[in-house]
Amino acid sequence: MKDKNLIYDGTFDGFLSAVFIVFEQKLKSVGIQNAFTIQNGLFSENETIITDEQKANRVWKGLKSKLSSTGSYQLYYTFLSEKEGIENILLDYIKYAFSKVKLVDKDFSHSSVLKVAQIAKSVGREKHRMEAFVRFRLTKDEIYFSSIEPDFNVLPLILKHFKRRYADQKWMIYDIKRKYGLFYDLEKVELIHLEFPEQFDFTKTDGNYFAEQEFKFQKLWQDYFKSTNIESRKNMQLHIRHVPKRYWKYLSEKQPD
Amino acid sequence: MSFERTQEKLKILADAAKYDVSCSSSGSKRSNTNKGLGNATGMGICHSYTEDGRCVSLLKILLTNHCIFDCAYCVTRKSNDVKRAAFKVQEVVDLTINFYRRNYIEGLFLSSGIFKSADYTMERLVAVAKKLRLEENFNGYIHLKSIPGASDELMREAGLYADRLSVNIEIPTTAGLKKLAPDKKREDFIKPMVKVKNEIIQYKAEKKIIKSTPKYAPAGQSTQMIIGASGENDFQIMQTSNHFYKNYNLKRVYYSGYVPISYDERLPQIGSAVPMLRENRLYQTDWLMRFYGFDVSEILNAQHQNLDLDIDPKLSWALRNLHQFPVDINTADKRMLARIPGLGMRSVHKILSARRFRRLNWDHLKKIGIALNRAQYFMVCDSNQFERRDLSSEKIKGLILQNSKSKYQKTLSNQLSLFA
Repeated sequence: MKDKNLIYDGTFDGFLSAVFIVFEQKLKSVGIQNAFTIQNGLFSENETIITDEQKANRVWKGLKSKLSSTGSYQLYYTFLSEKEGIENILLDYIKYAFSKVKLVDKDFSHSSVLKVAQIAKSVGREKHRMEAFVRFRLTKDEIYFSSIEPDFNVLPLILKHFKRRYADQKWMIYDIKRKYGLFYDLEKVELIHLEFPEQFDFTKTDGNYFAEQEFKFQKLWQDYFKSTNIESRKNMQLHIRHVPKRYWKYLSEKQPD
Repeated sequence: MSFERTQEKLKILADAAKYDVSCSSSGSKRSNTNKGLGNATGMGICHSYTEDGRCVSLLKILLTNHCIFDCAYCVTRKSNDVKRAAFKVQEVVDLTINFYRRNYIEGLFLSSGIFKSADYTMERLVAVAKKLRLEENFNGYIHLKSIPGASDELMREAGLYADRLSVNIEIPTTAGLKKLAPDKKREDFIKPMVKVKNEIIQYKAEKKIIKSTPKYAPAGQSTQMIIGASGENDFQIMQTSNHFYKNYNLKRVYYSGYVPISYDERLPQIGSAVPMLRENRLYQTDWLMRFYGFDVSEILNAQHQNLDLDIDPKLSWALRNLHQFPVDINTADKRMLARIPGLGMRSVHKILSARRFRRLNWDHLKKIGIALNRAQYFMVCDSNQFERRDLSSEKIKGLILQNSKSKYQKTLSNQLSLFA
């Protein structure tokens, strides 16, 4: 149990501001918690941290000089995992990095360094999966729309990929779980929040919202997916390892006929 | 175009193209700078996987399955009684663009049966790629087949629009080819391969002087061999493969376990199993050659003409070379670390990084994720516990097999019971 809990607003800048306070006040027994998933300790004191961009930038700049480029992106990736207690592992990692002269992000026999590398890897895997499994469906107002439900908060990580790739079409990727999305309007990508009709089923392609040709291309894709399979090599175990079942409901090719 | 007709064609021509295993969509450098559609830089993406566990990253189709040749191992051979179809150039373009826009695919893999002549066919393949690049502003990945016997001029043009070119040699030896595909000659396969190789060399040289030299097949070329159709042993297969890597600068050689598709008595009969385990062992050997610093003759030679099926080729090599072990994890060089069974290149790099901070013991290695089940017999680390017994190769193999469960257990026990 920690003596003091710093509560931040859930943003990366907020977290870094809390880290700043830890160093500024030389706090020893301290934990950092997200305001939205808070768990009260019986005897610990809570302090709410105000997100301060300048402080956050100072910490980030310092970290970048203490970590390789891989190390700093691993830190950010790990933060986006939103795992319970991740802030404290990151804090330990950051303290260790600042305490050494050498770059520490390759010290895989240190428990926090290894943990961060491992979590960053699973977030990276999820990012890559989303780049693969996003399925756009053309809406009546000519927007390629996709809904996702990733385990980790990877929208900020996939933005660049989709912006570069689909530069000549309007598109939207919506994270149903976290209730926000990315929208590209042929110029720039914006973060958006949307209200959906109450009955809206994200897994169905409803003719009221989606373009007529959408159904045809989905059908062609499903046919292609079936034809390209070699029955005598069937290996469902391998199939499921590559495409875990939790993703199936948003994959056009895995929809029942 | 009528939807039903396209639908039928797609079914026929995707079905006929599926035996080509290449699905790689990586290694190109075509970035989206013109605000067009698509971006093929560096890493490829598998957008889905079929139920047989193979990656789907490209729309893989034949332009047509009409063919003037009669190669015994091929589904689209002239004498086979199957439905035939042919796409129009525009149909392929529309399918590619619409699939790409929905994030289904990384690009197009276009092959074809040979109708009329090699050049006539190649011309049409090039026309599709050209249209995609110039009219549709498409920067996604395009893999074209080089049609055996196609002219140098067409191969030159093909490389300007495609990211990768490939020509399948299919049968590992000339003798096998003669038996199964009497109309085809080895030289016909080699000719476009040589042309592409030379163009790539020339492109790389010119690029150094003139930055705007148009790209030529930036993802290189590859080929494919069928395994288990014509009786070659693993030694012959890997020698051929090594020959092609060395002499034609290929990016990849693919190995495709023969899927029986005909009652031709020169071939394994319909219903016989696809040699998937053997295929896997060949890929492992291929990796050892390309990434682990092994020479092919260390793994396969006149004494060892076939790979073991029950253990992987690196372990098999280590068991034949016990005098080179144990290796000290904390001091050995990269080359030797890579030779320890159970250590992949990722683990090797992790060890090299981590041991700069402290000497590594079993606990560290386990957390890093090394397959100690195999590695423990071949290494020592910062611990006074290590394998002290002077174990023979057979004994080590037995211990490892006892403590591991191969994903091929079923295949293996079936194969053993055949001889029981």
